[in-house]
Amino acid sequence: MDFQLTEERQMLQDTLRRFLSDRYTTTVRNEIIESDTGLSADIWSELAELGVIGALFSEDDGGFGGAGFDLTTVFEELGRAGVVEPILDTAILGGGLLVALGNDAQKALVEDIVGGGLHLAFAHGEPTSRYDLNRVETTAKQQGDQIVLNGRKAVVVNAEAAGQLIVSARESGAAGDESGISLFLVPADAAGVSMRGYPLLAGGRAAEIVLDEVKVGPDARLGAAGDAYPAILDVVARANVALSAEALGAMETATELTREYLMTRKQFGRPIGTFQALAHRFSDMLIELEQARSAVINAAGHLAEGATLRDRHIASTRNLIGRVGRLVAEESIQMHGGIAMTQEYELAHIAKRIVMTDHRFGDTDYHLERFIALSAA
Amino acid sequence: MDLAYTAEEQAFREEVRVFLDEKVSDELRAKARGEASLSKQDMEDWHATLNEKGWLAQNWPKKFGGAEWNAVQRHIFEEEAAMANAPRIIPFGLAMLAPVLQKFGSKEQQDHYLPRILSGEDWWCQGYSEPGAGSDLASLKTKAVRDGDHYVVNGQKTWTTLGQHANWIFCLVRTDSDVKQQEGISFLLIDMDTPGIEVRPIILLDGTHEVNEVFFDDVRVPVENLVGEENKGWTYAKYLLTHERTNIAGVGFSQAGLDTVKRMARAEMSGGRPLIENPHFMARVAQVEIDLMAMSTTNLRIVSQAAAGSAPGVEASMLKVKGTIIRQEINDLARRAAGPYAMPFASEAIEGDNDPIGPDYATAVSPHYFNNRKLSIFGGSNEIQRGIIAKVKMGG
Ligand SMILES: Cc1cc2nc3c(=O)[nH]c(=O)nc-3n(C[C@H](O)[C@H](O)[C@H](O)COP(=O)(O)OP(=O)(O)OC[C@H]3O[C@@H](n4cnc5c(N)ncnc54)[C@H](O)[C@@H]3O)c2cc1C
Repeated sequence: MDFQLTEERQMLQDTLRRFLSDRYTTTVRNEIIESDTGLSADIWSELAELGVIGALFSEDDGGFGGAGFDLTTVFEELGRAGVVEPILDTAILGGGLLVALGNDAQKALVEDIVGGGLHLAFAHGEPTSRYDLNRVETTAKQQGDQIVLNGRKAVVVNAEAAGQLIVSARESGAAGDESGISLFLVPADAAGVSMRGYPLLAGGRAAEIVLDEVKVGPDARLGAAGDAYPAILDVVARANVALSAEALGAMETATELTREYLMTRKQFGRPIGTFQALAHRFSDMLIELEQARSAVINAAGHLAEGATLRDRHIASTRNLIGRVGRLVAEESIQMHGGIAMTQEYELAHIAKRIVMTDHRFGDTDYHLERFIALSAA
Repeated sequence: MDLAYTAEEQAFREEVRVFLDEKVSDELRAKARGEASLSKQDMEDWHATLNEKGWLAQNWPKKFGGAEWNAVQRHIFEEEAAMANAPRIIPFGLAMLAPVLQKFGSKEQQDHYLPRILSGEDWWCQGYSEPGAGSDLASLKTKAVRDGDHYVVNGQKTWTTLGQHANWIFCLVRTDSDVKQQEGISFLLIDMDTPGIEVRPIILLDGTHEVNEVFFDDVRVPVENLVGEENKGWTYAKYLLTHERTNIAGVGFSQAGLDTVKRMARAEMSGGRPLIENPHFMARVAQVEIDLMAMSTTNLRIVSQAAAGSAPGVEASMLKVKGTIIRQEINDLARRAAGPYAMPFASEAIEGDNDPIGPDYATAVSPHYFNNRKLSIFGGSNEIQRGIIAKVKMGG
């Protein structure tokens, strides 16, 4: 047993924490959120220079990390600072799919991702698929030597900034089948791709995408026809570990802000933290925060295991993070009173990041069901 | 014991229902549900519609032009209005200031201000809270110093709801600093157009401009704008808190909210089945509904006591706590039900005439979830309410 970070990860954590606390202030972030692109190109390239993106890929794949604890080290820090830049989408999802399924030419794009030059978006969810990863109705049909894509994609994070979209489409079978799903690399400006972009409540941007007779060559396909589902599960497992760590980091900040506020805000002539009604609830937050930390360690530590064991741990972690996240977000706001309700106060953004985690790749209930199903197996 | 409404009450409910059915347009309903934002004009129009029917000043005595409904009638209207997604009545002038003027105001003040509240000529906002005086309201510092036939007011109020629309503000101000805090506070009516007043917006975490800061810099207020006696303002403010807490449980809002959640759950598909067939989600919905069924009877028990003339005391605090917990839980269910479409921040769809991004019911779920965190903070936070309950019951 060893619960210490390795020296390299410790260094990465320190560097990243210092960089973000210097550069990613509340004011800077609020400006980024208000901007048209919803992200800062400068911050992005500086993060890439610090090796933050490289840490998410293994050496074989052109990075210098890529393990569960590399992911959690990076995302916990991003979460602490409430970073809105969609590193998850470009690196974990987009990069992860290229690495898992791509041919040499496709994998070569990873270098550009690690260097900070390429943005990707995973266009998978559809208007009625909710959290079901197998529910793909977008179609891919062979037409001569081309493939024609038709369908709609929903809440595609980072779609507008992405140079390439990784689009899932069905080559055979029915909407809920696991087989028959393929992935295609589609240039974001390809004919027939249209987007309606919009901001997200917790920062960043997404888009609704319509694919209308979009034509790509067979070399756009990632991996074998109809066989993408297992890779999607693998990559989403990694995304779930990253999201859990990000929520953990955000909870640390929420707890810290609440601690400071309880000690400094005075009502009735004394710091409000001296009211036992609040002190006990703050203690409960700290107890649950440690639960969340352990849950993230459990998920990261099992990321390299077989799918069933891995996914059971990931489902348990996402369920716990969902429950604790809600508690921490709501209690932090409540114990602050009105000030936490204001947009410009740090906690407001942090609370939104925490709660909105629950809407990506399955909410608390979805992961409870998955945990039950995987426990029965 | 008889749980049934009387024939009279039922007839009244029917009358309310017919009225709302006719008067609340689909556009207004969508706005009240949060799918688009209500403009100042919308709110004023709704007040005018109610006033025309004589249903605006529901709790006012007839002699002041009110409907003089009893607590049960008010409850019925609140329930029906919420179920019909009618805009809510802006309470500051009608339900907060008016009862104080009717009880403690001078004849001149009553004659001047009350009709203007009914006609919509005046829009009032509430200036109690300050940056340093929230839960501990009695510690307020905004000062009013007598200078001839004026008070000169200096200081700052905050969290002033819809102050950007208001032309008048009723304030608690400090007129004596040498006595016990509660005994040096006065109740002052201030014209927002007076030189020296500045209103600055506060944007809430859901992006809305709902509250403001109000600054007072040597603002001269005629002494006839004092309500009642100098240094008795705390008594008047407390009178309001104990006697005029209508709709504190928000039963109607919760019922309407649960309906919406079920409507969403019928439309959303999860794992190839409608969400409404999902046992985990529906267990959450059922749990809240069970709590709500009991609370609405608690509410009616208290309402009928009040109709019989006894003022709710500690029960009001109980209803505030339980009612807000239930409403917030329903907001959470709506957020869950929306799935990934809870993530977009659809300000353009809410503010303008743009199409919703996902299903129309998903547009406002997350903003509402966050905005309604306020329910357990304002109007006496839930911690303060629990303190009151314990203090009263343990004779503190
Ligand atoms: C959206 C919104 C609209 C509002 N509209 C208005 C308005 O129109 N006019 C107006 O005058 N005010 C308004 N308010 C202000 C509201 O009344 C205050 O926010 C409220 O009184 C709490 O004060 P505070 O925010 O300063 O929190 P604080 O009083 O600082 O409280 C912080 C935390 O400490 C807790 N706490 C405080 N004292 C104790 C204690 N003794 N024991 C245990 N816990 C305690 C509180 O419950 C809270 O959790 C509004 C507030 C909001 C958020």
